[in-house]
Amino acid sequence: MNTATETRSVVVEREIPHPPEKIWRALTQPHLIEEWLMKNDFKPVVGHNFNLRGEWGGVLDCEVLAVEPNKKLTYTWNFKHEQAAYNLSSVVAWTLTPTRTGTLLRMEQSGFRPDQPQAYAGAKAGWQEFFAKLEQMLERGE
Amino acid sequence: MSAAQDVLFRTLADPTRRAIFERLCRDGEQTVGALTARAGVSQPAVSKHLGVLKLAGLVRDRPEGRQTHYSAQLGALSPLIDWTSQMAGFWQNRFDDLEDLLKRMDQ
Repeated sequence: MNTATETRSVVVEREIPHPPEKIWRALTQPHLIEEWLMKNDFKPVVGHNFNLRGEWGGVLDCEVLAVEPNKKLTYTWNFKHEQAAYNLSSVVAWTLTPTRTGTLLRMEQSGFRPDQPQAYAGAKAGWQEFFAKLEQMLERGE
Repeated sequence: MSAAQDVLFRTLADPTRRAIFERLCRDGEQTVGALTARAGVSQPAVSKHLGVLKLAGLVRDRPEGRQTHYSAQLGALSPLIDWTSQMAGFWQNRFDDLEDLLKRMDQ
């Protein structure tokens, strides 16, 4: 296995009982994005650079790569850190496909390297989440 | 739960020990003295925690002169981290929040 170049991706797909146009607004309007993701200065314009600011204080550097209204949205999802293990360069791609009852919403995040497990949700937030889960597991009993 | 996971869970269950490990993860290699200054417990206690972390493979020590430097061994966590399921969990939560928002939005 070539661990230096191999990258992994995560796919989350869900049938949502709302039309693509409405979901598109939630994915592209800053005050709506903030409600389900993070504070941001997003604009649906290819080449636009924006930040996502997490509640934990971390800032993600992003750039819009593709915009097809109501169909497809792609942006980079990068986190810079002086320690290489925390550095993260990934791409988040949203795809909206209309269905009879709403929309099939698909998110694919790709570009992680397997040697940086701690980067999965952005440094500190990831650790906090990880340790919170660890505590939950311990509380449930081994 | 596998034996490897069992050791890691037991080792990281102690909040003070976990805090020491987190500090090494975040701030990189450090001496016992530097760790003690921020741990809120005595130096012998910190040394003992480092010994347990070392046994679990979570830290490595590097003697240099009279000082010993400790660093986190993130690879030792791999039995605990199913990477893709962790990241998928993050996005599943975001999808939940997105659906909540869509219910509140006007058509």
